[in-house]
Amino acid sequence: MRVALFITCVNDTLFPGTGKAVVSLLRRLGCEVDFPAAQTCCGQMHVNTGYRDEGVRLARHFTEVFAGYDAVVAPSGSCAAMVREQYPKLVRPGSRGATAVAEVAPKVHELSEFLIDVLKVDDVGAYFPHRVTYHPTCHSLRGLHLGDRPTRLLQNVRGLELVELPAAQECCGFGGTFAVKNPAVSAAMGADKVRNVLGTGAEVLCAADNSCLMHIGGTLNRQRTGVRIMHLAEILAATEEAQ
Amino acid sequence: MSAREEILAKVRRAVAGAPETSVPRGYRMSNQVSDLVGLFAERVDDYRAVVHVVPAAEVPGRLAELVGERRMIVPEGLPADWPRGIGGTSVAELDAADGVLTGCAVAIAETGTIVLDTGPGQGRRAQTLVPDYHLCVVRADQIVSGVPEAVARLDPARPLTWISGPSATSDIELNRVEGVHGPRTLEVVIST
Amino acid sequence: MSSTFLGMPGSFPKNAAKAVQNSQLRYNLRKATHTIRGKRANVVGELPDWQELRAAGKAIKDETLRHLDRYLVQMEEAVTRAGGHVHWARDADEANRIVGELIKATGETEVVKVKSMATQEIGLNEALAAQGVTAYETDLAELIVQLGDDFPSHILVPAIHRNRAEIREIFLDKMEKVPEGLTDEPRALAEAARLHLRERFLKSKVAISGANFMVAETGTLVVLESEGNGRMCLTLPETLISVVGIEKLLPAWRDLEVFLQLLPRSSTGERMNPYTSMWTGSVEGQDFHLVLLDNGRTDVLADEVGRQALRCIRCSACLNVCPVYERAGGHAYGSVYPGPIGAILTPQLRGMSSELDASLPYASSLCGACFEACPVAIDIPEVLVDLRAKVRHKPAERAGMRVAGWILNDQVRLAKAQRLATRFRKLVPKRLPGPLSAWTDTRDLPDIPEESFRDWWERNERA
Repeated sequence: MRVALFITCVNDTLFPGTGKAVVSLLRRLGCEVDFPAAQTCCGQMHVNTGYRDEGVRLARHFTEVFAGYDAVVAPSGSCAAMVREQYPKLVRPGSRGATAVAEVAPKVHELSEFLIDVLKVDDVGAYFPHRVTYHPTCHSLRGLHLGDRPTRLLQNVRGLELVELPAAQECCGFGGTFAVKNPAVSAAMGADKVRNVLGTGAEVLCAADNSCLMHIGGTLNRQRTGVRIMHLAEILAATEEAQ
Repeated sequence: MSAREEILAKVRRAVAGAPETSVPRGYRMSNQVSDLVGLFAERVDDYRAVVHVVPAAEVPGRLAELVGERRMIVPEGLPADWPRGIGGTSVAELDAADGVLTGCAVAIAETGTIVLDTGPGQGRRAQTLVPDYHLCVVRADQIVSGVPEAVARLDPARPLTWISGPSATSDIELNRVEGVHGPRTLEVVIST
Repeated sequence: MSSTFLGMPGSFPKNAAKAVQNSQLRYNLRKATHTIRGKRANVVGELPDWQELRAAGKAIKDETLRHLDRYLVQMEEAVTRAGGHVHWARDADEANRIVGELIKATGETEVVKVKSMATQEIGLNEALAAQGVTAYETDLAELIVQLGDDFPSHILVPAIHRNRAEIREIFLDKMEKVPEGLTDEPRALAEAARLHLRERFLKSKVAISGANFMVAETGTLVVLESEGNGRMCLTLPETLISVVGIEKLLPAWRDLEVFLQLLPRSSTGERMNPYTSMWTGSVEGQDFHLVLLDNGRTDVLADEVGRQALRCIRCSACLNVCPVYERAGGHAYGSVYPGPIGAILTPQLRGMSSELDASLPYASSLCGACFEACPVAIDIPEVLVDLRAKVRHKPAERAGMRVAGWILNDQVRLAKAQRLATRFRKLVPKRLPGPLSAWTDTRDLPDIPEESFRDWWERNERA
């Protein structure tokens, strides 16, 4: 199967390792991966901060770049939710933009959705001998309704001990520009999330969104906790041979 | 332009061209409950009201026991063999009484609710409010399974009071405690 | 005399920053909201048809709003037919004037009140005070707020920010007759409130209420409550004046079968609240007046996205599940409508010209917990995002977002920006200057990688 990787601007710029992990994972599972070079950003930051015109331009760009692919995979619940849930609200019903969105949006999958729903695998043959806890990010949980897809994948990783995160469904406090517009509340939410993470005794905090992980991880680092953050793709890409 | 005309005009302008809607009613209109009396008794008990399930023939005797020495308000329209009460409709008289004995219009098993509609044997609304003790008799055939059936049985032209347990408040740390302004004790006799 | 929020200075981030430092407040709110979350989840989980009820609730409210003109007229006719009087108020001033005149006609100078969001919204107590009328709040939490000369901080439990010890202090300080040896047991505090208000209930001639629902078909008003203070006010006084927002209508009597399931379970987390009163027109000889209040609602109705906020039945489930509300508290929102629903309702009712009101649409991480909990499916995140697009942005932010948009809209520009960041990656300070210090005050920045993904792909895969 030929799939297009939508890396997302945050991963592209700050977390290239996640992109490399997606490529190696999908190839291991027999996919042909393409990276449309013209891709940039889904427009979520602009739309959600109140800059709809800029956001709509980016959305238009996205639908042009990814038109014609059978499947688009994004290692981000938040960006996938933006395309699938919010794009249809940005366009006028019956407009050309609406047609373009209706064409592309349903083909955009968050990574764990793509693995389980499209490729029909919940054991990707990974090996990761560590104690891991998983934070379901808000947009993957309540936007995409990923349910237990990510944890099913993690449970089937050889050597991995998955420990439950208390109050897992609570927002970490990132929220895009919320983190800088309401820093006090954002930090208080992050501190509570970190406390819960530390309580699990996990070595690694995993999630399907690097943006949230950047916020929680930034707090974990500032507190010198020693807990690492890892994107779901990076754990699923890890194999025994690679260790 | 009057306030009425202005508000109505603004509403009409605001919704002009808005899409029409239809209401999906896919929820349960009634529930399969094998033991209505049992469920109702359990749910009333959950509110920390006192519940007695009593065969119809024994109700007068049991009421007499429960009333005991209390000076009760007993509205008109109740069976002749039930305890006699004192009259009273003024606030002062009601405040001086020890309690009130009534029947009801309908009861809801799923929510443990009693509804009064000021019909025979239920008195005016103040009569079931001011006295601190409310003894209410529910006939088994008055119990319905859920809210939709109760709404269908009631007459909106009558003043209605839905009662689910004794008066209570959750205003202190969102914890429910019983006993504020309404009757602090609710005792329910289910006549079977 | 409780205070009013109107003209409150500050902004949500500033107010919230102060609130999160208040550990007592944080503790009280956390305890209360987590208690109610558990209760709500239990009683909602008990109903197998919750989602069907929710869909029906949403649709019934949409139908009400779509033909609000028709239902208002129908309501007016039904109430009038049943011996009641209907008044229409365009705004707060008009409503306050109508209520003041009605009270004046009775010759009374004291009135008792059932907890009502609409009368808080219009500042009725303050307006009546200016006309020489004292309004006594009778709901326990409202009483705590009123006695403490405080602001409400929650829709359902306005004194949620106070714990039992603080409530005891307020009672000892402000009540005329306090039972001897008053402890901070909730039962004892409730008993103190009973004694404090009993006499007033029994002698009051005029009461003021709101309503949870009005049924257009029958002219019936519905008030849900717990303590019995509502029944006291609605039943005993000779005159009853109800001030109700025009969006509180339901088309038909049977629609109550939906809302009497949705509201108690969403709000206090009970299968049913202790008392619900329903009355139609003038009952048992009482003189009844209904004041239909607009006060900005028709403007909200005109907004295609924002009008869904008018579906709100004031259950406060969205507050109880909101991580931002839990930490910032209700006062930070500077409105009688705090929390997620307040963040979309207040800016629509009041406009966004003040710094505070313009900051409210941003008082959310868009986590979506509110939407999930809402019994009438108000997509609060959607409305927040829509309002953010209508806020007047600060020039510096606007410029920054324009530049970011320009860079992100083109792969070449994006790649250049990435390479620039990569080249100077060692020079990025641990603490950023200006508004970005908001990030680095509590969090480390991620390391900027040696190479962006697109450059890596170009180098390894494109060849």
